[in-house]
Amino acid sequence: MDKPVNNRAWFLVLPVLALVAFSAVLPLMTVVNYSVQDTFGNNQFFWAGLEWFEEVISSDRIRAALGRQILFSAIILAIEIPLGIFVALNMPKKGVWASFCLVLMALPLLIPWNVVGTIWQVFGRVDIGLLGYTLSKLGVDYNYVNDAVDAWITVVVMDVWHWTSLVALLCYAGLQSIPDAYYQAAKIDQASRWKVFRYIELPKMQGVLLIAVLLRFMDSFMIYTEPFVVTGGGPGNATTFLSIDLVKMAIGQFDLGPAAAFSLIYFLVILLISFVFYTIMTKEGETL
Amino acid sequence: MTQITLENLAHSYLPNPSSDADWALKPMTMTWQDGGAYALLGSSGCGKSTLLNIISGLLVPSQGRILFGDQDVTALPTLERNIAQVFQFPVVYDTMSVRDNLAFPLKNRGLPADQIAARVAEIAEMIGMTEVLNRRARRLTADAKQKISLGRGMVRQDVNAILFDEPLTVIDPHMKWELRTQLKELHRRFGHTMIYVTHDQTEALTFADQVVVMYDGRVVQAGTPQALFDTPEHTFVGYFIGSPGMNLLDAQIQGTEARIAGATIPLAHGYGPLTGKTQIGIRPEFLTLGTGDQGLPFTIRRIEDVGHHRIVRGQVAGSDVNVIVPEDQPIPADTNRVIPDASRAHVYRDDWRVDPLASERAA
Repeated sequence: MDKPVNNRAWFLVLPVLALVAFSAVLPLMTVVNYSVQDTFGNNQFFWAGLEWFEEVISSDRIRAALGRQILFSAIILAIEIPLGIFVALNMPKKGVWASFCLVLMALPLLIPWNVVGTIWQVFGRVDIGLLGYTLSKLGVDYNYVNDAVDAWITVVVMDVWHWTSLVALLCYAGLQSIPDAYYQAAKIDQASRWKVFRYIELPKMQGVLLIAVLLRFMDSFMIYTEPFVVTGGGPGNATTFLSIDLVKMAIGQFDLGPAAAFSLIYFLVILLISFVFYTIMTKEGETL
Repeated sequence: MTQITLENLAHSYLPNPSSDADWALKPMTMTWQDGGAYALLGSSGCGKSTLLNIISGLLVPSQGRILFGDQDVTALPTLERNIAQVFQFPVVYDTMSVRDNLAFPLKNRGLPADQIAARVAEIAEMIGMTEVLNRRARRLTADAKQKISLGRGMVRQDVNAILFDEPLTVIDPHMKWELRTQLKELHRRFGHTMIYVTHDQTEALTFADQVVVMYDGRVVQAGTPQALFDTPEHTFVGYFIGSPGMNLLDAQIQGTEARIAGATIPLAHGYGPLTGKTQIGIRPEFLTLGTGDQGLPFTIRRIEDVGHHRIVRGQVAGSDVNVIVPEDQPIPADTNRVIPDASRAHVYRDDWRVDPLASERAA
C-alpha cells in the first residue's frame, strides 16, 4: 500500500516548533549570543570572540569547582546506585508492607530541594540540630560550618538521603517485572544467591539502572539548592560546586559574558559525560 | 535417581483452608516409580502444576510428606533436592551464550570443565543447537529459547527426576513431535524418572507409560493409556481421554439392566441397588447406529467427517451423544436408534465407576 505523501503536513509541526523556539531555542541562543560579546551596560555590545571561553577554561577557580563537582558526582553515584539496588532487593515484593515501603521510599522525593536543604541545615547545627548536637555531645568534633570535610559529609549524606529512594524505586520496578519462573528456574539450576543477582536480576535491571545512573549523574552534577542552603558553598570554597559558582558569576557579579560561556561549557560537559555513560552501559548490556 | 513417594499430601494456597474447595490439592498418597515416564494430565487449574512444584520443592505442601527413596525431603529446599524442571514459558539467562546456559546447572554443581563441555555438546546435539552454541541467548526466538530450557533441564545426569510443566506450549507443531520423540529417546537411554504435565491427551498418551489424570485437585486415575481408554474410573477420565470423549447418560440401574429415557438396555454385569446420581458411560467407538426399536432413541444433529472415520453428533433424550462410524459403513437416513456394546459400557455413581463384580457379590 502506498502512503499518501503531502508535504503540507509539515505545517502541522509549526505550533510545536514555535513553542519550542520560544521556550528553549531562543533563550539558548541568547546565551550563545552573550558568550561571544562584551558589554559595558546601556545595552551596548561588542564582539569578544572566544575570549570568555578562554577565560573560563583557564580559570583556576572554575577548574577547582569542576574538580569538586566531578568528585561529588562520583561519590554520589558510587553510594546511591549500589545502595539503591540493595534497598530494592530487600524491599518486600507484595502485601501491605510493600505499599508501606513504597510510600516511605517516595517521601524524600516529595520534599522540595530548599526544604531538604533547610532540614539538614538545622539538623546538622551543633547548637540546636538533633544530629549536630548529638554528635558533639558524643564527643565527635563535627561542625559543617567550619570544617570542609564535615561540610562535604553533610552534603553527601543529605543527597543520599534525598535521592537514594529514586534509585531504589526504579530498581524495585525493574525487579518486579521479573517473572517468578526465572527465580524458580534458578533454584532448579542450583544457582547461588550471587548468581541469581548476577545473571537474572542485574541484566533485567539494566534498563532502569541506565535511567537511574543518568538521572543521578545529571542531577548531582547540576546540584545547587541544597548545598547552597546548607553551606552556602563554604567553608571557603569547599562546597562551591559548578552551579553555585555559575550563579555567583551570572547574578551576583552580573558577568554575563563569562557566565554564558561557562554555561555552554557546563552544558557540553554534562552532555558528553551522559553520552559516555549511555554508550558504556548499553554496550555493556551487549557483552554482559 | 530414586522412587518418589507422596504421603497423604495436600496443599492449599490459603492460610486457613476450611471447605473442600479451598484445597488446590486434596489429600493424596501415591508413588512414582524410579525410571518411570509419567504424564500428568488434566485441564487447567486442576492442580497439576501445584503438584509438580511441590515435588520440586518450589512449594511447601500444607500437609503430608514427600519421600525420595527413604529420605523425607518435605522440608528440603529445591537446591538440595537435585531435581530438574522445565517450565511452560522459556527461561534463559539473557546475558549468557547458549553454551553457558546449558552449562549453568553443571557449573553450579562444580563439575570439571571437560565433563561439562562433553555433556553440553551432547545435549546441544540432541536439541539441534550445535551451530548456535556461541550465540547470545537473548536474541533467539521463543521456541529456540524453550529448547534451551529443555536442554538445561536434561543436562544433569544425576538428577532424581525431570519434571516438565507443559514444556511444548510455545513450540510449533512439527518441532513438538520431534522434541517429544527425543524426550522419549532420552528416557530410554538414561532412565530418568520423568513427569510430564500437559492438558493435551495426545501428548500425554504418546509420551508416557503411565498417565496420571487429575481432576479438581485429585488424582482420579493412574494407569496405562489403554486402561484409561478401556476402563475410566471417573467420568472426567472418560470425558477427557478420547476424541470425542465418553458419552454419559443418566440411567436407573436395575440388576443387569439400565433404564435410559424410557428405553431399557442390557448390561454385561449385574449391579446391586445404587443410590446417588447414576450414569451409564460408553465411548463413541462402542455405539452403533440402528433403526427400529432396539437400543436407545437417537436423533442425528450433525455428521463430521474427520478422514479415517466419521463422528455422528446427536442426542438421546436431550443429552448429547456422539457415535463414531468407520468410513466404510453407511449412515442410514432413517437412523433413529443407537445400540451400545453392553460389554463396553460402565456404570458410574456420583462420577465414580462402580465395580460390577463387587456389587454383584453384595447383591
